[in-house]
Amino acid sequence: MTPTTWFKRHGLASWLVLACLLLVVFPLLFDNFRLNLVGKYLSYGFVAIGLVMLWGYGGVLSLGQGVFFGLGGYCMAMFLKLEASDPITTKIQSTPGIPDFMDWNQLTALPAWWVPFEYLPFALLAVVLVPAILAFVIGYAMFKRRVGGVYFAIITQAVTLILTVLIIGQQGYTGGVNGITDLKTLNGWDIRTDSAKVILYFVNAGLLLAAILVCGWIQRSKLGTLLLAMRDKEDRVRFSGYDVSMFKVFVFCLSAMLAGIGGALFTLQVGFMSPSLVGIVPSIEMVIFAAVGGRMSLIGAVYGALLVNAGKTYFSESFPELWLYLMAALFIGVVLAFPNGLAGLYETYVKPRIGKRKSTVAAAPVDAPAQHPAPTTLDALPPGLTVKNAERGQGELA
Amino acid sequence: MSNTDFVLAIEDLSVSFDGFKAIDTLTLYLDRGELRVIIGPNGAGKTTLLDLICGKTRATGGSIKFKNEEMLGQAEHKIVRAGIGRKFQTPSIYENLPVFKNLEVSFPRGRGVFGALAFKCTDDVSSRVQEVATEIGLADKLDMEAGLLSHGEKQWLEIGMLLMQDPELLMLDEPIAGMSARERDLTAELLKRICQNRSVIVIEHDMEFVKRIAHKVTVMHQGKILAEGSMEQVQKDERVIDVYLGH
Repeated sequence: MTPTTWFKRHGLASWLVLACLLLVVFPLLFDNFRLNLVGKYLSYGFVAIGLVMLWGYGGVLSLGQGVFFGLGGYCMAMFLKLEASDPITTKIQSTPGIPDFMDWNQLTALPAWWVPFEYLPFALLAVVLVPAILAFVIGYAMFKRRVGGVYFAIITQAVTLILTVLIIGQQGYTGGVNGITDLKTLNGWDIRTDSAKVILYFVNAGLLLAAILVCGWIQRSKLGTLLLAMRDKEDRVRFSGYDVSMFKVFVFCLSAMLAGIGGALFTLQVGFMSPSLVGIVPSIEMVIFAAVGGRMSLIGAVYGALLVNAGKTYFSESFPELWLYLMAALFIGVVLAFPNGLAGLYETYVKPRIGKRKSTVAAAPVDAPAQHPAPTTLDALPPGLTVKNAERGQGELA
Repeated sequence: MSNTDFVLAIEDLSVSFDGFKAIDTLTLYLDRGELRVIIGPNGAGKTTLLDLICGKTRATGGSIKFKNEEMLGQAEHKIVRAGIGRKFQTPSIYENLPVFKNLEVSFPRGRGVFGALAFKCTDDVSSRVQEVATEIGLADKLDMEAGLLSHGEKQWLEIGMLLMQDPELLMLDEPIAGMSARERDLTAELLKRICQNRSVIVIEHDMEFVKRIAHKVTVMHQGKILAEGSMEQVQKDERVIDVYLGH
């Protein structure tokens, strides 16, 4: 394989464009305030690429990704809150040294399950593992019983509701409806300063780009092929000797871990975590990011997260009442009119033109890739899939 | 039941759906290297029988022993890994993937989650794909998207996907449905070749085709076995003529 075909096959060109945009163009273009906003949007990018793997590739729609985003975010927030609650700054409390909301709720000691979150390595591990373990338990219980489709989506919604109610109800342990606020430092490093926000932005962008590469690698592995095969003919995969449910559990855990990382980065950049960010509405919004960007395209999903969030910020400032309706209309419109999202539009309308121009320049093409596009590129899929997705996309949402 | 030489020993197998007995105390033995054809009118329980053997449907009673090992109650993928392959009635292939990928995915390695992540298409895999593709006559269509194959070719591809796993027992549900005369001939040849080192169960309606391939024929009726024997014996059987062949 020559370097150029390797390059094409792995869809690196679009990845490099995104990398350039995130690492060079945005930091040059935006002031610190806006860059921090973009960073916040990008933390949702993790959830969106997780949904590409789970929903686009795995064919499993989860309407509860907010749970995992929230768990990751809360794990991070717990560490930051404990660091912000040292005995000196909290000396006016009746019990100094514990988070303020615990003191307000008459707790006199740090609950045992909070204690390990004083250690950063534990908190970082928890950011990834807590969502993964919960996803494993839910996934194992559901997929082994062959629960799928709409039923699975409804159950994930129920889990979201349960978690929100739990967080709000257990105010003394979780900060309740206000969430965990007043986060200050990470191992002594003040995360509220402008320079810290810029650094966190780059950490976020770098991790997201790395996550895209990892997911791309998974898509190109046999596991990726099997996920596509399962979506097409689940029984054939099962009767070829594969335990289909475990593959679904894996991809559900993967999406949960990604969402958890996104949640932690959100907490670091925004400075708080609250139940309003993990509930049913945010969870559905997360699906919209992936749908708008294109649920078969990792790169597209990131653009989806950026655009929808930017739109949300703009419209909710200008027309706060209209935003929810606009969002719903956007979702319905995307699913009905272009089920493969922005990435699908790009594949159908923009890419053929670029290809045509190139081949006319090349005059005598040595090989004719235009007629037989390689089916395994990062975001290009055989044309046959488009129709299938259209039907499936509507079916799942019906 | 004591151990037997049969590759497949089904005894007193029953399944009922809401009181309707789809399979009723059925007993059937299959030799190694045998090609058995199951015939019978619609609703006789032929496909249900295959569903029971491969674990798709749970039996209400009886026993299915494959190489003297009980298969009832085992998970589908474990039954496949034990060596039972099953082709579905309508061609069940991955339409969006190229023929090569269809066969590659069926190669019996890297079947766990992490095995699949680490799986590499090494030379032994691609040479096996080539070998099977030649056997099923699709060697020159490996790069073609499977959805673009003709109906007959899809049927062969699914048989090829099963051959990739080299199963000891192969079950084919109406493999020539919708095939042209020439495709039927080729399929008959294919079946004769592949049953040389494995046992095969075929469900089929086409009597001409059955005559050409069958070692032994089992006639099913209302969830029970009506007759069993060579094609000539079965064709002479009064009861068989009555319920199935006569009209």
